[in-house]
Amino acid sequence: MSILINKDTKVIVQGFTGKEGTFHAEQCAAYGTKIVGGVTPNKGGQTHLGQPVFNTVDEAVKTTGATVSMIFVPPAFVGDAVMEAAEAGIELAVIITEGAPVKDMQMAKAHATKHGMKTLGPNCPGIITAEECKIGIMPGMIFKKGNVGLISKSGTLTYEGANQVVKEGFGITTAVGIGGDPIIGLSYNQLLPMFEADPETECIVMIGEIGGDLEIQAAKLIKEQITKPVVAFIAGQTAPKGKTMGHAGAIVSGSAGTAKEKMQALEAAGVTVVVSPAEIGAAVTKAMAK
Amino acid sequence: MNIHEYQAKQIFVEYGVPVPKGIMVESVEAAVEAAKELGGPVWVVKAQIHAGGRGLGGGVKLAKTLDEVREFANEILGMTLVTHQTTAEGKLVQKLYIEDGADIKDEFYLSVVLDRKLEMPLIMASTEGGMNIEDVAENTPEKIITIPVDPAIGFQGFHGRQLAFGLGITDKAEQKKIISFGQKLFKLYMENDAEMIEINPLVRTGSGDFIALDAKMGFDNSALGRQPQIAAMRDLTEEDEDEVEAAKYGLSYVALDGEIGCMVNGAGLAMGTMDTINYMGGTPANFLDVGGSANAETVAKGFEIILKNPKVKAIFVNIFGGIVRCDRIANGIIEATKITDVNVPVIVRLDGTNAPEASEILKSANIANLIVGNDLGDGAAKAVAAAKGE
Repeated sequence: MSILINKDTKVIVQGFTGKEGTFHAEQCAAYGTKIVGGVTPNKGGQTHLGQPVFNTVDEAVKTTGATVSMIFVPPAFVGDAVMEAAEAGIELAVIITEGAPVKDMQMAKAHATKHGMKTLGPNCPGIITAEECKIGIMPGMIFKKGNVGLISKSGTLTYEGANQVVKEGFGITTAVGIGGDPIIGLSYNQLLPMFEADPETECIVMIGEIGGDLEIQAAKLIKEQITKPVVAFIAGQTAPKGKTMGHAGAIVSGSAGTAKEKMQALEAAGVTVVVSPAEIGAAVTKAMAK
Repeated sequence: MNIHEYQAKQIFVEYGVPVPKGIMVESVEAAVEAAKELGGPVWVVKAQIHAGGRGLGGGVKLAKTLDEVREFANEILGMTLVTHQTTAEGKLVQKLYIEDGADIKDEFYLSVVLDRKLEMPLIMASTEGGMNIEDVAENTPEKIITIPVDPAIGFQGFHGRQLAFGLGITDKAEQKKIISFGQKLFKLYMENDAEMIEINPLVRTGSGDFIALDAKMGFDNSALGRQPQIAAMRDLTEEDEDEVEAAKYGLSYVALDGEIGCMVNGAGLAMGTMDTINYMGGTPANFLDVGGSANAETVAKGFEIILKNPKVKAIFVNIFGGIVRCDRIANGIIEATKITDVNVPVIVRLDGTNAPEASEILKSANIANLIVGNDLGDGAAKAVAAAKGE
């Protein structure tokens, strides 16, 4: 078992024939993901990486039966692409593109919700169910199959966390990179209950960042609904106030959203909070032994 | 990206949001000329820097004569202004805004920001204008009203009525004016991809008009490509020189106070690396994210920027290669040692894509000062020890 995606998930790629789309679609297919086609306007009818190219998502969905779309279109077209996927009946859009305007994401997410489509990202590494299906840009080789679920705002910390879990002799069920932009799709509070319900997941690693209050909301939910052990790290304890650290979400404004506040809230909810990402593996080992 | 008050007010004027008449100047002579052109009888001389709290820092003065305009312009221009929103070093004032004085009856607060929880813009208003809004939120939160506006429906009449009644405005003519003010402000927020607009204070004049006495605006950097007129307002002198230089090479750099230079891929891991150094008893000298397209040139540039800081006693390179290939980083390090005098120990931890190749490259290059970190914890510990001279 796993959450959201597995070896049978059919995936199309929006922005299929572009440089990034091509490179990563190929990598995903090599990992075992069922890439069943892609969309690039005006290239419909062509074949790319051995799969059909369509002009519209609607056509792609009707022909291939895909339920997930991996989005690589340039930032200015992300909003449009997400809304198109929603209307075509896609169930989950994984938005990899970095730099989509915030206003476009507000509109696109509201439209996706209206059509019952889940979104992940933007500006995220994607989602991977170990040794079954990879939809995104993470290095597949570090994700060995196991019993730990992982949710992270940061891409490279996802890899760092997964790598440590594997080095400790455990493995991953599904790892989800949710991104750190001001408007994001699936977040801790949607994903934590999915891991709670997944019989194979025995422990959950949650990696957060300064800025916003998603981790505080997660702490509340964990206290009420999550019985599995949770290990958490919040990046940015040493970040100076008011400085942007790359991600739009990593901004501390006033007292809300500091690492300290989030760590305290999670600890109060019974989560094992580590002060350095170097401690994630050891904390998981401890949690799994309980 | 932030802009100056005078620039924000230019945008306000375009959208019909009332502001006092004013002229931006860069010299004392021009300030006096501007005052003459505006006519008086009173003027406000305002420092233009990207930070709030200018008045308290002595950067805003009311002049009653042209001589006073000259005196204050002379005083403020070239001063280093320290406010609660600047660093301790403050900011050099290079521009002034000379503005007509306003007939102030009441002061309000009005802003538009993104509510991340509701995922839509939020209008925030208060009768407690001219005060630090964080203090109002802390001490008298009931005096702040919030009105979320769904961009799908835009600013409707009921939003306007919530604003007018929320601020206790009972006169019907005044209600009409504040509703129109809010409507125009929301329109310009949406159309310009603003991230934040703050007016503090928004004043009611003796004749019952509403005027934006101050204006702060910030924009979504991701949308600047389709907002060329906004992008053109960028004032690089307001930004950190090293950060701007780093950005040219796709590097995201922020200077800090410590001794260990950091070069990392990904913002999250970069912060996590700083946290780990701190946890192990060291102090990070900077945040540096090399981004997803790091190559030899960008890595060399990163070293150059880090080494400009004389406090740096060791450098920790921490890369977990996903899209970034470790062999490219290794070549970058070798390149950097050729073109820059790397005179401090460099601790390198490379993991992920092409890590074994990278390790071979570094080994065969045989660089002095280079220490291998086996994982994040090991690398950070070695960096902390090296910075202490151990």
